[in-house]
Amino acid sequence: MLDVFPKQFQSRHDYAREWKARHNREVIGYLCTYAPEEIIYAAGILPVRVLGGHEPQDVAERHIPTMYCPFSRDVLAQGLLGRYDYLDGLVDGFTCVHMRNVFGSWTLNIPLKYHHYIYTPSDVRGARVKPYFAVQLGKFKESLEAFTGKAISDSSLDSAIDVYNRSRRLLRHIYELRKAENPPVTGAECIEMVVSSQVMDKAEHNKLLEAALAELQSRRPDRETGIRLMMVGSEVDDTEFVRMVESLGSTVVIDDHCTGSRYFWNEVAPATDRLLAIASRYMDRPPCPQKDVQDTRFRFEHIARLVKEYNVQGALLVQQKFCTPHEFDIPKLKAFLQEQFGIPSLFLEVDITIPLGQFRTRVEAFLEMLQLQAV
Amino acid sequence: MQNLYKTRPLKMWQKAKELRLKFFKDIQTAKENGKTLVLVDSGSFIELPAGLEGHACLEGHPYGATVGMDLDFARECAEEVEARGYARDLCVYTRNFWGSMFRNRYYFGGEFPRPDFCIKRSLCDTESKWLQVCCEHFNMPSFYIDFPLYPDRRTGKEDIEYLATQMSDCIEWMEKITGQKYNDDKFIHAAHNEFRTTSLWAEICTLNKAIPAPLDQKTIYTLYFPTVVSRYEDDTVHFYEELLAEVKDRVSDHIAALATERCRLWDDGIPPWYFLKLYRYLERYGAVVLGSIYTYTLHGAWEDQPDDSWGRATTPEERGMPLKTRDDALRALALWYLEKPIYPGMCLPGPKSEQLLRIIREWRIDGMMMHMNRGCEGLSLGAMEQRLALLKAGVPVTVYEGNSADKREFDENQVLDRLDAFMESLGMKKLDS
Repeated sequence: MLDVFPKQFQSRHDYAREWKARHNREVIGYLCTYAPEEIIYAAGILPVRVLGGHEPQDVAERHIPTMYCPFSRDVLAQGLLGRYDYLDGLVDGFTCVHMRNVFGSWTLNIPLKYHHYIYTPSDVRGARVKPYFAVQLGKFKESLEAFTGKAISDSSLDSAIDVYNRSRRLLRHIYELRKAENPPVTGAECIEMVVSSQVMDKAEHNKLLEAALAELQSRRPDRETGIRLMMVGSEVDDTEFVRMVESLGSTVVIDDHCTGSRYFWNEVAPATDRLLAIASRYMDRPPCPQKDVQDTRFRFEHIARLVKEYNVQGALLVQQKFCTPHEFDIPKLKAFLQEQFGIPSLFLEVDITIPLGQFRTRVEAFLEMLQLQAV
Repeated sequence: MQNLYKTRPLKMWQKAKELRLKFFKDIQTAKENGKTLVLVDSGSFIELPAGLEGHACLEGHPYGATVGMDLDFARECAEEVEARGYARDLCVYTRNFWGSMFRNRYYFGGEFPRPDFCIKRSLCDTESKWLQVCCEHFNMPSFYIDFPLYPDRRTGKEDIEYLATQMSDCIEWMEKITGQKYNDDKFIHAAHNEFRTTSLWAEICTLNKAIPAPLDQKTIYTLYFPTVVSRYEDDTVHFYEELLAEVKDRVSDHIAALATERCRLWDDGIPPWYFLKLYRYLERYGAVVLGSIYTYTLHGAWEDQPDDSWGRATTPEERGMPLKTRDDALRALALWYLEKPIYPGMCLPGPKSEQLLRIIREWRIDGMMMHMNRGCEGLSLGAMEQRLALLKAGVPVTVYEGNSADKREFDENQVLDRLDAFMESLGMKKLDS
């Protein structure tokens, strides 16, 4: 059953084209998980996350500085190479500088019927940000209504919130299973569930998650758990890399990245003011380092909770090369994990393609050290 | 060399240098003079602490740039930061600032000054994270003002209110943590000065449309400095009033910044501060660099003029906005910041391309050189798209790579070779060869 998720992810472009034909509706891409998908979905549009292809390319660097992260360059390359030619529109917010360059370059160079920039506050815990962000979401909603020529009703928003909350709840249930001494699901499988949810109609994906959850509840793992790892980073959708890590006597039992738990961790708390409810959900979610700007690092508090609840023994800090927000956090996070929990970390800097052989050697050494420590 | 125009030194030059030194000395002596020292990012909202009884603002960017001119000091700072596990490709101003802070060495002598509190804002991914570490290092409180960044001028009522109420909250917060009664009159006066300074600076830059250009970029780097650090002070307003008068005289008397001006170039990005002689090198071709969006608009206030040209912005007071109460000043200041023309270009790539094309026309520019500055990702946003937009419009562009304040990432000979090739492609020859 779980095989369906990587297949769905691999065939995401075919899926989106087929969905578009089946529903005769638009597909809109989004570049960062701070995009309020519920509003797009409520407009009857399929939101899909634009991700990289992990393939060498030579088209993006005319448009984006080489010192911007490989993920951003890969994503832009996918657009320039026509992989997302089915997109009717693109959405981005005030997220990181690199992805804003991608958004701008995409809208300048790739034909689209619609694009919208949503100001997304940086100080997500600020006292005044939620109502202001809700106003921005209102403008976004209006622009979608103008694009489709159809009003987005409260009941459509409610339905979309329900579908998205259902997805989040199902994924949380599945993640809960990873707390077990012998988790029935691997880290790679979980990433595949999350990234496939980012590129599918959530209502359809929820059915797959329901079936997966049912299967997992009675699944007996056919492998040793080994060292319990946490994976922290920005985008970690290269499951070949995660499988390699888990083939060396370890299991990734929890993650904090935006192709993992950060994407779905909290729900929209339904309220009469739907836009404020959605705004609150995005401001309260486990933050990207770019949004964790207060002196109290609440990202670290969240990671600390995960470490304890999932009984983590070691952390893989996986950073896209040149990713500034993560570069700022990593030395402090490394020290935080070691000093607060005695958890060692391995820092891995990733590019569009990953040198599996080199990383394998480093991960093996790291795991050996953890095994000795466990003894 | 064949001079085409008269030239003479700028009378205000010495005063500009004095203001610059005063800024750094004020920081150094803040504590002994009983002043509150406030850590802020790139010159944002420096008017807010002006309502306190005596203060100085420690701004990271000017400090980081200044350190970058001293190769040994900058290298030691970089190595200190890298030894603590931070990436070499982080913002170079951050690394120069942190390096000094971690080593407890202020570039102008003595220990690194300890700020009392911090006011944060975030235009790029760096600023708030940079100051977050400083707050932890000094164990000092901070207030965050969330600045809404848009690709166009967004000055709706809700945007002004959002910014103004946060600034109002910040004032109340400062009163609480300092125990001082905030002086509204001083704040209103600071806001008035902010409007005057930034508008005057734009007017001065507008005069550089003249042929010959009265000012050149290397000089402008010193002249614009007070707009960054002390634009709310009386001395700064007076400085720019006098500078405006002098530059007007230079234009009417055809006094050139470069007597051999034959070619007019535009600059993009922050320069390699340790290699400003590249501007002098270009002068050997009779090329004068007129400015950059960075120097003209970082704290210059611009707007469309009745004749469709780009010129100084009318101040809130000139527009008839009241400036009598704290709330008046907060709203006027919020509007003024939201209108700053540098911000749309820091949001998305497109707006800056349009600005550049307009400047190329109005300042009669022959070509542009772009510094792909590895030391600042924020101002590199969209640089490649801007290059393409200019090339498409038929404007010659050259690009050189480097780092504004880390010489380890700069190849002097390669850059000069590139500039030689560019000047030759423009049909220019060295006048001294």
